[in-house]
Amino acid sequence: MSPILLAEQVLNGLQSGVMLFLMAAGLTLIFGVMGLINLAHGSLYMVGAFAAATVAGLTGSFLLALVAALAAAAAAGALVELLVIRRLYAKDHLDQVLATFALILIFSEGTRWLFGSFPLYLDIPEALSGTVTLPGGIAYPAYRLALIGVGVAVALGLWWLNARTRLGIRIRAGENDREMIAALGVDIGKLYTLVFALGAALAGLAGALVGAIQSVQVGMGEPVLILAFVVIVIGGIGSIKGALIGALLVGLTDTLGGVLLPELFKLFTDPASAAASGSAFASMAIYILMAAVLIWRPTGLFGART
Amino acid sequence: MSVKTLLAAASLVAMAATAQAEVKVGLITTLSGGGASLGIDTRDGFLLAMDAAGRDDVEVIVEDDQRKPDVAVQIADKMIQSDKVDILTGIVWSNLAMAVVPAATAQGKFYLSTNAAPAQLAGKGCNPNYFSVSYQNDNLHEAAGAFAKSEGYSKPFIMAPNYPAGHDSLNGFKRFYGGELAGEVFTQLGQTDYAAELAQIRASGADSIFFFLPGGMGISFLKQYADSGIELPVMGPAFSFDQAILQAVGDAALGVKNGSNWSKDLDVPANATFVSAFEEKYGRLPSLYAAYGYDTANLMLSALDEAEPADADAFRAALKAAEFDSVRGKFSFDTNNHPIQDIYIREVIKEGDIYTNKIVATAIEDRSSAYVADCPMQ
Repeated sequence: MSPILLAEQVLNGLQSGVMLFLMAAGLTLIFGVMGLINLAHGSLYMVGAFAAATVAGLTGSFLLALVAALAAAAAAGALVELLVIRRLYAKDHLDQVLATFALILIFSEGTRWLFGSFPLYLDIPEALSGTVTLPGGIAYPAYRLALIGVGVAVALGLWWLNARTRLGIRIRAGENDREMIAALGVDIGKLYTLVFALGAALAGLAGALVGAIQSVQVGMGEPVLILAFVVIVIGGIGSIKGALIGALLVGLTDTLGGVLLPELFKLFTDPASAAASGSAFASMAIYILMAAVLIWRPTGLFGART
Repeated sequence: MSVKTLLAAASLVAMAATAQAEVKVGLITTLSGGGASLGIDTRDGFLLAMDAAGRDDVEVIVEDDQRKPDVAVQIADKMIQSDKVDILTGIVWSNLAMAVVPAATAQGKFYLSTNAAPAQLAGKGCNPNYFSVSYQNDNLHEAAGAFAKSEGYSKPFIMAPNYPAGHDSLNGFKRFYGGELAGEVFTQLGQTDYAAELAQIRASGADSIFFFLPGGMGISFLKQYADSGIELPVMGPAFSFDQAILQAVGDAALGVKNGSNWSKDLDVPANATFVSAFEEKYGRLPSLYAAYGYDTANLMLSALDEAEPADADAFRAALKAAEFDSVRGKFSFDTNNHPIQDIYIREVIKEGDIYTNKIVATAIEDRSSAYVADCPMQ
């Protein structure tokens, strides 16, 4: 394998990692602050993609489509928090899992009812189509490069929000001691709605950005949700830094595993069976990574030590 | 009226209801998730033929398998044990078919495949109660392989998901292509990002690309391919370019050649009837999955005219005779209960605002399947 191909695959891994981070950041924030397991996070990803596809279809503008995705997912998130999630904070995790699983079904059937079961059309913007040539002669799609840029910008923005703003202080305080900050006069209900809407908006943004290069259809969020859970378990539940590192690790392992394992197997067997068995092992790679991290650090890379 | 008479009346009504449907058909297919458009077309095609026949002695029970083998097995068990179906049909995915079909036929049920037809069930694992109305999995890929050879491609890069039909796909392509490959890759079933595969294609020095990626997988790949800057001839089986995929990818697929045993412009009277009836009822163009569903229902109805499924030998013989008007025209069963039919090459075109396919050549005439000699049935 040539160094150029390897470098390109590393970029692919990074790109899939930063998109996973957008999903995982919201999930881990919601778990960290409210102690809530939100299985419906994948549905908010889908809401973002459908909103973007609809607005892009009507206006032809990708930028407006992104704004619509953010707004629709944040609104859906806030609404769900006010109507359903709010009643679940005091319940145990099993009730939360049941209720948010029900939300997945409601979102999926509702979307199917509104848009039908056939995939929608959403394309990348004209300005970002085609490839750019990077140093070393790597021809890389401009849109994927932009995705990496957006992911890094969101990561920096979240770090700034968390470390430098009053909202960030409250979020961190909420993670540490919910009762105490309520007693200090912070409107905890409003804070929860805000955090939930923020997490939802990030999922919606990821849905719209990724929807443009994949297929926008009902149920698109669930496979990503499973990966996002792997990410936050590896990174340590509740840690945004953990979500970033975890997402990059999962993205790189998934991409490079899929490429390198079949190559490795070719040394021992014929190409057809190497492709099949290498691909089978590659699909296990991230779970093996997760198991290894959990053996080494049972609470994840940046999880709270107990 | 006393409670007793009321109950008696109710049970009479219930008996009347059960007596009316003499034959029960269980249609298990994918109605949710990334493969939903395939199952919905299968169901709609099947029900279109049932409606046209207007028979009230046949009841069709439809359930969603969610593209999960365990769910499909549960539904099949339920349909056989409690609904007491006589015939099962509808499964799209070969890994689900492998989980359901052998168990169903072992219990004496008939299974008519509207789509999935893995190699295992065409050769050693063939069964007198299992009929594939669609094809044998390898067929459409074989046509693409023959096409690649006739075009003089010398280094195609080939790719399919890692599940039974994916293996059949690449085997079928290689069987009729027979030359050197630039690369051979198995992707995950349900994979949505193909950046890694595209980078491999770019680095491989391939002169063409063959891919089998049905449903949402095909949409993702074609969109990402269009944006990758790679400009190689692309080909595949019809599954990678069905109606739902083409509308979602737009111009990216125009001009692409694909192997198929059906197309909406196939000049057969039954096909013209089917396409216009489907469009009128559902407001969209049918895909090949709908065509297989429609043919399967019509084959079943033609056999029901001759015999009841309870009379298994007579019903089986009536199925095997295939006395129905296929939308594909020529249609007969080989000894392994898989079709003998012509396989064509189609090209993706744009008609007005709609992307669709038209037939440009016949790739293989009277094609049966590669595994027929392994099947003990004669």
